[in-house]
Amino acid sequence: MFLINCPYCGERDQQEFKAGGEAHIERPKQPTELSDDEWAEYLFMRKNTKGVQFERWNHAHGCRKWFNMVRDTSNDEIKAIYKMGEKPPAQ
Amino acid sequence: MNKNLRVKSSDYIDETNRISFKFNGKTYHGFKGDTLASALLANDVHLVGRSFKYHRPRGIMTSGSEEPNAIVQINPGTNRTEPNVRATEVEIYEGLEASSQNCWPSVEFDIGGINNFLSPFFPAGFYYKTFMWPASFWEKYEFFIRHSAGLGKSPTSSDPDIYDHRNIHCDVLVVGAGISGILAAKNAAKNNFKTLLVDEKNELGGSTFYENNEFNKIDNKTPSEWLKKEIEELKNIKNLEIKTRTSVAAYHQYNYLLAKENLTDHLEAKDKANKIRQRLLKIRAKKVILATGALERPLIFNNNDRPGIMLSSAIKKYSEFYGVACGSKNVFFTNNDSAYESALSLYNKGINVEAIVDIRDQSESKIVKKIEEAGIKIYWSHTIVDTAGYKRLNRVSIMKLSNDGTSVTGSKISISCDCLGVAGGWTPAVHLYTQSGSKLKFDEEKQIFLPNQNTSEQISVGSCGGDFKIDEIIKNLNQKLKDSLNIKETDLDKIKIEIDQENSKRNIWLLPSDKPLGKTKPFVDYQNDATAKDIKLALREGFRSIEHVKRYTTTGMGTDQGKLGNMHALGIIADTAGVKMGELGTTTFRPPYTPLTFGTIVGRNVGKFFDIFRRTPMNDWHVENKAEFENVGQWKRAWYYPINGETMHQAVQRESKAARESAGILDASTLGKIDIQGSDASEFLNRVYTNAWSKLAIGKCRYGLMLNEDGMVYDDGVTTRLGENHYLMTTTTGGAANVLGKLEDYLQTEWPELDVYLTSVTDHYATASLCGPNSKKIIKKIIPDLDLSDESFPHMSFKEAKIGNIQCRIMRISFTGEHSYEINVQASYGKDLWEKFIEAGKEFNITPYGTETMHLLRAEKGFIIVGQDTDGTMTPIDLQMDWIVSKKKYDFIGKRSLYRSDTMKEDRKQLVGLLTEDPNVILEEGAQIVSELNQNPVEMLGHVTSSYFSPNLNKSIALAVVRGGKDMMGKQLFVPMENKNINVTVANPVFYDEKNERLNA
Repeated sequence: MFLINCPYCGERDQQEFKAGGEAHIERPKQPTELSDDEWAEYLFMRKNTKGVQFERWNHAHGCRKWFNMVRDTSNDEIKAIYKMGEKPPAQ
Repeated sequence: MNKNLRVKSSDYIDETNRISFKFNGKTYHGFKGDTLASALLANDVHLVGRSFKYHRPRGIMTSGSEEPNAIVQINPGTNRTEPNVRATEVEIYEGLEASSQNCWPSVEFDIGGINNFLSPFFPAGFYYKTFMWPASFWEKYEFFIRHSAGLGKSPTSSDPDIYDHRNIHCDVLVVGAGISGILAAKNAAKNNFKTLLVDEKNELGGSTFYENNEFNKIDNKTPSEWLKKEIEELKNIKNLEIKTRTSVAAYHQYNYLLAKENLTDHLEAKDKANKIRQRLLKIRAKKVILATGALERPLIFNNNDRPGIMLSSAIKKYSEFYGVACGSKNVFFTNNDSAYESALSLYNKGINVEAIVDIRDQSESKIVKKIEEAGIKIYWSHTIVDTAGYKRLNRVSIMKLSNDGTSVTGSKISISCDCLGVAGGWTPAVHLYTQSGSKLKFDEEKQIFLPNQNTSEQISVGSCGGDFKIDEIIKNLNQKLKDSLNIKETDLDKIKIEIDQENSKRNIWLLPSDKPLGKTKPFVDYQNDATAKDIKLALREGFRSIEHVKRYTTTGMGTDQGKLGNMHALGIIADTAGVKMGELGTTTFRPPYTPLTFGTIVGRNVGKFFDIFRRTPMNDWHVENKAEFENVGQWKRAWYYPINGETMHQAVQRESKAARESAGILDASTLGKIDIQGSDASEFLNRVYTNAWSKLAIGKCRYGLMLNEDGMVYDDGVTTRLGENHYLMTTTTGGAANVLGKLEDYLQTEWPELDVYLTSVTDHYATASLCGPNSKKIIKKIIPDLDLSDESFPHMSFKEAKIGNIQCRIMRISFTGEHSYEINVQASYGKDLWEKFIEAGKEFNITPYGTETMHLLRAEKGFIIVGQDTDGTMTPIDLQMDWIVSKKKYDFIGKRSLYRSDTMKEDRKQLVGLLTEDPNVILEEGAQIVSELNQNPVEMLGHVTSSYFSPNLNKSIALAVVRGGKDMMGKQLFVPMENKNINVTVANPVFYDEKNERLNA
């Protein structure tokens, strides 16, 4: 059970949060101009890294805000947390 | 039997407080402070159970939670019975009853004992190998296996006890209150850290509490004396909370630990009543100090499992702490000095020690000299090759061990005895440490796994960290505390320690016998009856991974999780395979460290608290009017209102007719409601719904369909424009929370530039849906001054009104196809509003209807229910709802996916209506649909999603999804059922009032 430092509320137990999958996948601005393959790439393809991974999390049972997390999936170390729209930290 | 083996009054046992208890139906006596194990031993009862596979007689082996053999059923036959409880942990109380497990008819005479003699036929993997063929026999095998499997018996009625959960946040959590834990907790608390100290036992002090070895001194006192003073001082320290009878079950990431606090198990029935039995502590600690100690290892030799064979440290604890002699003729078998401490303890109390068998060739420590001076015979370089005594040990045979430790030489010496203490060295209890994700390293010199790489703020102190001697323990503890807590001085700085010299050790994982291995029974896992030869067999059969060997031989898979024998299993594998222990790794230590009761895990979340449920403001009225309820998500919704003993079918037929012929009323409060405000609200709706919203006039309503980005229908509902920048969106009852979450996601992450605010108002409004040709008249009666003409208040529009002083929002929208209104008021007025309508509607036979009738009425109209007629694979095109998908809008969620090659296929499953040839036959929802009856295998075209008997059409109707169904209008298909085939015809899914004339009736 992680202890997650919500950028808006501070440290809270993991059970207040919802994981939202890989971060920094931007919705294409002009989907209609994409080929089926390009659209499928956005829609379906996600990494499943063993190691450092950039993720979206939502403080679902708290402030309802979305934010980003850098987590090492091999040992669950949370390396960084930053707000939506902020630049990811250099690896 | 029943001789008294109390040796002398112990400081810890209250001999003035005599307690009677029953074991296997027989009454025994013990004293306050006894465990079930110590009380039985005092009564000379060693045989307490039978082993799992061979049903061999087994006795008490340890004095703690690592006990593999002495597991008993507590209070059998009652609703408080508990199986698989370790007798070494049960504190006795007046009236306690316990019984042996895994034996029939009794522990003294067990039919299953025949397995012991058949054991050559039960090697490792016996079940896997034997019951594989013929495959069709499995059901017969399973019947017998299930009957013979399992240890204790679970209770058959519900648990009468109360359980609880508590969250604890602390700066420092200390696990284990032995000498290291006590000193760590004391120094942490004194330095202003909020500290929690927990221990699974009822007394603090661990093994040092009764450590009277005269050669070890702390500040010129015996460790026991010194520690008692320290424990006394703990009581006066602020910031320190102490919990005994509390065992940490799990250590998760980020220093989150679960512990079971046992509050009443040691009390007699009258004192237990109405109290919380056990409490689950959910602890989040900034720092964790593990002081979990070490477990003594047994030695693995032929027939090492007989009742009377115990750990040497346990014998010492029974004698020093409980004042119980485990035998009258004791022998010790050892590879280190620990056994000599136990022997000396017995000797000092006048208990006979026959001999010590030591596999080492010598030891220089003072304590060994003392034993020699006492005249106790020591057999150096000897090993036990066999033991005798079926239900109680009566003899051991020893032989000289060869220099390399792999064979025995010379002649056999037989020693008569009734108790054997084995001492195989100490294994640090690193279970919790590894559960936290931290990594171990194997110390080749000490032959133990030690903490190596910590993943959270934690330290391991004392013997669980690899320090066994009191001077090392104090020195390293002091340094670790200073580093971890960032403190400069501790009261450990000035402690003076004297200790006995080097404790040498000779480690042999599997001791040889004069017989070949195949003819011996050296048990590694006592509870699951796994022997060293089973492990070797697994290796011969090709198993290499330690995890595979474990599962194949079941080593370490009992309720004790192999706390005693796992290290030996690893050692034997390493020796046999010729690899180093460090390279082999360990099996995974999984929570819980000791078993938890289900009660502790669920706490208060039982009965009506098992799951959250939500009720509408009108709920009391539904109950008073005898509604049946159904669960929709977390909501309790009125399902139908039977009168005069109607069946559900009869009630629904009546309700459905009434709604169409005069007036019906539905509690629609559960529909999700989201208040949307902001200058970009219209643009936002454009992006999330498939249809266009910019031109919706204020005061008008519109139906919307929401897709997932993959183009599949996600939710639907009517949204009303309340103002220029203000909308009220309704969602499906079950989808409300997820829709809000999804909308927030897009707003915050994809479109942060939009000025839009979303608020859930589901609980803030109560909604009554009034429908039928007389609905208008009923509204008119209640709000006479409201203009209800079609010109002023047409279908799909909205008005604010007042009923008395109550402000309400009225939408003229319809889910039944009838002229209908939805009236929203503040939730607290919901029941009042509802009752007003019922009263005003009496002259029109207003009929309350539930969700079942609602489903039927909308099915007559061919309206979908998201989640019933759709399943996450249906596009709006599949649903024949092309009309709602805007061609003009540049983009909306899911739009691009509607043009993927897969979603554009003609032969996707599409929503159609089905009519049965015989109008009285009602299809089953979920039934499969085929076009050919004689095909093999038959091709499934789709399935029935909704099916009812329509009282208004006087025939059965159904909605279904059928592959390529759009082009099958009028085609005959079949629904094959178990006993018959039903002929059906594909039809328009709108069965009733296709032209929507009734909306304005």
